[in-house]
Amino acid sequence: MSEPIKRRAGTKMVPYPSQSIVPERDLGKQPVLETRHLGIEFGGLKAVDDFNLIIGRTEIAGLIGPNGAGKTTVFNLLTKVYEPTHGTVLINGRDTKGLSITQASHLGIARTFQNIRLFNQMTVEENVRIGLHNQIKYDMFTGILRLPRYWKQERRQHQQALDLLSIFDMQGLADVQAGSLPYGAQRRLEIVRALATNPCLLLLDEPAAGMNPHETEELMENIAKIRDQFQIAILLIEHDMSLVMGVCEGICVLNFGKIIAKGTADEIQNNPVVIEAYLGKRKEN
Amino acid sequence: MKSKRNKLIYNLVTFGLVIAAYLVLSYMVQNKLISRSLRGQLIPICSWIVMAVSLNLVVGISGELCLGHAGFMSIGAFSGILISGYLLNAFQFENAELRLLIAIVFGGIMAGILGVLIGIPVLRLRGDYLAIVTLAFGEIIKNVMNCIYVSVEGRHLNFSFINNEIEGVRLLNGPNGAVAVKTISTFTAGFLLILFTLIVVLNLINSHTGRAIMAIRDNRIAAESMGVPVTRYKMIAFVTSAVLAGMAGALYGLNMATLVPTKFSFNESINVLVFVVLGGIGNTLGSIISATALTILPEKLRFLQSYRMLVYAVVLIVVMLLTNNALVKSFVSNLTARLRKNQYKEGLSA
Repeated sequence: MSEPIKRRAGTKMVPYPSQSIVPERDLGKQPVLETRHLGIEFGGLKAVDDFNLIIGRTEIAGLIGPNGAGKTTVFNLLTKVYEPTHGTVLINGRDTKGLSITQASHLGIARTFQNIRLFNQMTVEENVRIGLHNQIKYDMFTGILRLPRYWKQERRQHQQALDLLSIFDMQGLADVQAGSLPYGAQRRLEIVRALATNPCLLLLDEPAAGMNPHETEELMENIAKIRDQFQIAILLIEHDMSLVMGVCEGICVLNFGKIIAKGTADEIQNNPVVIEAYLGKRKEN
Repeated sequence: MKSKRNKLIYNLVTFGLVIAAYLVLSYMVQNKLISRSLRGQLIPICSWIVMAVSLNLVVGISGELCLGHAGFMSIGAFSGILISGYLLNAFQFENAELRLLIAIVFGGIMAGILGVLIGIPVLRLRGDYLAIVTLAFGEIIKNVMNCIYVSVEGRHLNFSFINNEIEGVRLLNGPNGAVAVKTISTFTAGFLLILFTLIVVLNLINSHTGRAIMAIRDNRIAAESMGVPVTRYKMIAFVTSAVLAGMAGALYGLNMATLVPTKFSFNESINVLVFVVLGGIGNTLGSIISATALTILPEKLRFLQSYRMLVYAVVLIVVMLLTNNALVKSFVSNLTARLRKNQYKEGLSA
């Protein structure tokens, strides 16, 4: 674990080529994610259009916007659930054109889902172990024959899974069936599972949905803690503005598939275009 | 590690029951305590158990529907009979045990190759395509086997699709199937095959391969996002299942003096699916028990003559209703809870 990075309050955002900003500490390093004119059309409907975003190596970024703005569609484009019709997505500088969801995950992108997608019939620990899947180095026959390698790797994996669960104090739930967890715990488990894939960019789709204010605050601290501990970039979609403004360094506002504003929390809060998108236009008297 | 211990107990119970059943039954066979008809059924029961457990790997663990499992059994049976007959006729290979072993392995390999060939195009798709394709596969195999003639002449194997075109000792004879097979299957071999199947299936389920397969079943998109290659793991489950079905087929085929290709029809595929569903999808021990019970049941119902299948169907319906009945379920769970409580008390006093 390295030095904790100072939170948003002290982060100085600096301009980055092609109309983006990244935290000053990430300047000069390859951005973890870069999209260029990204867009997708569904039968003539432009769900996302000309989406340009750069995320620094250790940045916590937010993606906000009114309902139906295309936020989740952006996530699906980044993780290759949809193949974009326009533009490119670069993860660690590598073009993801034509890659499958699995291959995109191998490049170091991990996500959680808006409507939780856990492996419901499996235990909490097994869910995390699926995240660890690609770090396992034994083949099917070693597993069937139960060679020493199997036991060694299984033990290590068990420990790794418990360590990851301890981020959210969930070690005690390791043997519980994932489908029977309460809603908030399911959301946390999804984050742990995504972290287990050892990503460099973590996408969180409404992590605080259905959580009470106390839980949201805890989540906020944990998001910052995860970034400090794993030194990864996090991009989150969230409707809870206290969370977004509290933890995100750069914020990007989406409306009708287009970016309408980018900036720090203060800039976004005072941006008239953003206020209009959320609250509507003031009626002229 | 509660869940791990539960799994271990479940596995031990499964193995224990199979081994105990084998010991009791072989004792009964030796001392002639068992009826003739039941004795004749011991080996078929073994192969149906292997069929049910292997289909459970596809239906229960991988969550795909396979309707052509009898096709793999057919491939296994006829390739087993072929290689056994060839070794016997061409090389005077008399050692029955070794011949059976070779036949079972060869049957499994042949079924596995066909499993790969079917799996490559089909398992890439989403949806119930596997069910459709395997259904067709079962019928194709049945019809191809129906018009294939094979004979052995010296050390040569002759293949033909036309009768009377080939000379030598006939091994496969078109619609008459395999004739004058030297039956070399033994109950012990069947038992060992069941043990092999259980080791493969249960160890597979409890390894990272099995977890990946179950993850794909529970949520395909999430599994893909976690970096699990979906097609590969579906393939592993499907081909493993096909290999085991082929082995069961070889055991089954070498137990019959004659075997017609139409034996492995769509009905048999559905029959195996009934074993799996009745035993509980994903439940290996349940598959074993239901395969045994439902193989013996039609024979025991023979005295009902033409009402036999009617009663069989009624029994199936009653079992399904009972196992899904809330009242019965709560009764069973109360019973197990009481047992557990007693265990707890014993644990305290000990």
